[in-house]
Amino acid sequence: MKHPPIDAPADAKMRAVGLSVQYGEKVAVNEVSLSLLSNEVLAFIGPSGCGKSTFLRTLNRMNDSIEGVKVKGSVELDGEDIYAADVDPVLVRRRVGMVFQKSNPFPKSIFENVAYGLRIAGVRDRGILAEKVERALTQAALWDEVKDRLDESGLGLSGGQQQRLCIARALAVEPEVLLMDEPASALDPIATAKIEELISELRKTLSIAIVTHSMQQAARISQRTGFFYMGKLVELDDTTTIFTKPNERATEDYITGRFG
Amino acid sequence: MSPYARRLFKDRLVAAACLGAALLAVAPLVAVLGHIAVQGVSGMSLALVADVARPDAIDGGAATGGLAHAFAGTGLIVGIACLLGVPLGVAAGVYLAELGDGRLGQAVRFSADVLAGVPSILIGVTVYALVVIPMRGPSALAGGIALGIMMLPTVARTTEALLRLVPDSLREASLALGMPKWRAVARVVLRTAAPGVATGVLVAIARVAGETAALLFTAGDSNAMPESLTEPTASVTVKIYEYALSPSPVRHAQAWAAALVLVAVILLLNITARAIVRPRASR
Ligand SMILES: Nc1ncnc2c1ncn2[C@@H]1O[C@H](COP(=O)(O)OP(=O)(O)OP(=O)(O)O)[C@@H](O)[C@H]1O
Ligand SMILES: [Mg+2]
Repeated sequence: MKHPPIDAPADAKMRAVGLSVQYGEKVAVNEVSLSLLSNEVLAFIGPSGCGKSTFLRTLNRMNDSIEGVKVKGSVELDGEDIYAADVDPVLVRRRVGMVFQKSNPFPKSIFENVAYGLRIAGVRDRGILAEKVERALTQAALWDEVKDRLDESGLGLSGGQQQRLCIARALAVEPEVLLMDEPASALDPIATAKIEELISELRKTLSIAIVTHSMQQAARISQRTGFFYMGKLVELDDTTTIFTKPNERATEDYITGRFG
Repeated sequence: MSPYARRLFKDRLVAAACLGAALLAVAPLVAVLGHIAVQGVSGMSLALVADVARPDAIDGGAATGGLAHAFAGTGLIVGIACLLGVPLGVAAGVYLAELGDGRLGQAVRFSADVLAGVPSILIGVTVYALVVIPMRGPSALAGGIALGIMMLPTVARTTEALLRLVPDSLREASLALGMPKWRAVARVVLRTAAPGVATGVLVAIARVAGETAALLFTAGDSNAMPESLTEPTASVTVKIYEYALSPSPVRHAQAWAAALVLVAVILLLNITARAIVRPRASR
């Protein structure tokens, strides 16, 4: 399999260069180089176990907390290596937020869930908190549904609402990049549509990298799509190109459903 | 008998045998509680919890004093035990749950399990050697240290078990928001597990509140209200032991009544502990 030259422009918002990740001896991500541009939605597709989540989690150093993980290569955020020795992963995560496959609200009120990251970042002023919480909830298209019950538990919301609450929670701290790992895979079509709409809206203000198992979804929301296979980035191109005339045989086989 | 009827019969036989065994198992509990209740009620009086011992009053028969000093002493000793045992135990539990998968964690876990099985009298003797002798005498402090040590394994292991029940997704959510790991543990993980941890603490308190052997040489005995942490201090259990051995029927009655109060308090602690873990609605 020949490797297409993968562009990594220096002005990218984030840039992975020769990135490999190992769990113990097992190589999960192999020499991946790619860039995430400003104001784009970049989708990752590929069969289960090919390393999409692992790669995504290297972009905000979430893999640090797993034992036995080794990361090689570099990841740059605005041109600075986030794996450099003097970089505090906590600060990286404040700039690069994450939304997980399974919604995971804290067992706290709706308001406190969204205010949480702000409180950690040291915001104390009630007025500012209330204002930012409202803005994040509005951005996440949840405000109208919850504005009368901000004091109720976040766990009392429906699955789709919980996921949007988690998105609001991530947005409240105003990250520059948002990583989303199959954020809609547990949701019904209506909730999924809401989240997709939301993603397209968010693109105006930040960069989004999203893992999805739904090609239709990737086609609907992303500008570029990367295909992962067995830890490698096989192909990365404009979403329309990937879905209409991919360069690689493996990509074509995957999107036409011949494997995976 | 048809094979089906035979099976049905065997089924019922086994069920009945199990029920019988279960009843037999709770019978001693019922007997103990019933006996203490019957005996205790007759010795009950306001003076028991309001007055201290009045040795001179025994023969007169009228005023018999009470065990207020022993109840206060037990409260004091258990309080000291909590001050030592709860923070240490919770911290150890956090270590075991969050970082304790390595060798050191295994060793700590094993030690906690061994400590939980050490007879309390041995803990008493050890504290006697290490605290009472250097301090030149038994005290509430020494008693509290002994009970605190006894609380450690229960508190640590329940904390660990409950923290492990908190889903990893909550830890990840807090880390992804830019929370340092220790804060994620303290503010999200521990908070989420707090009701369960509180239950573990209450169960541990209920266990040590009824402890006698470890207090015999550590806290000592006294007939007055505790006034300092470094003086010999009476406790309910030691008083029950002492009064039960005394020849005076008045003392016997007081011992029963004190036992009834103690059992009631322990029962209350256990019931509270169960009530806490009941799933609650919001928040
Ligand atoms: N914590 C871990 N410890 C060891 N191996 C892991 C761990 N997490 C993932 N792996 C392995 O790394 C490889 C890549 O996993 P990853 O979760 O990144 O795949 P994925 O593309 O996200 O799959 P899916 O589409 O099923 O989510 C898999 O072979 C997996 O078994
Ligand atoms: Mg995945």
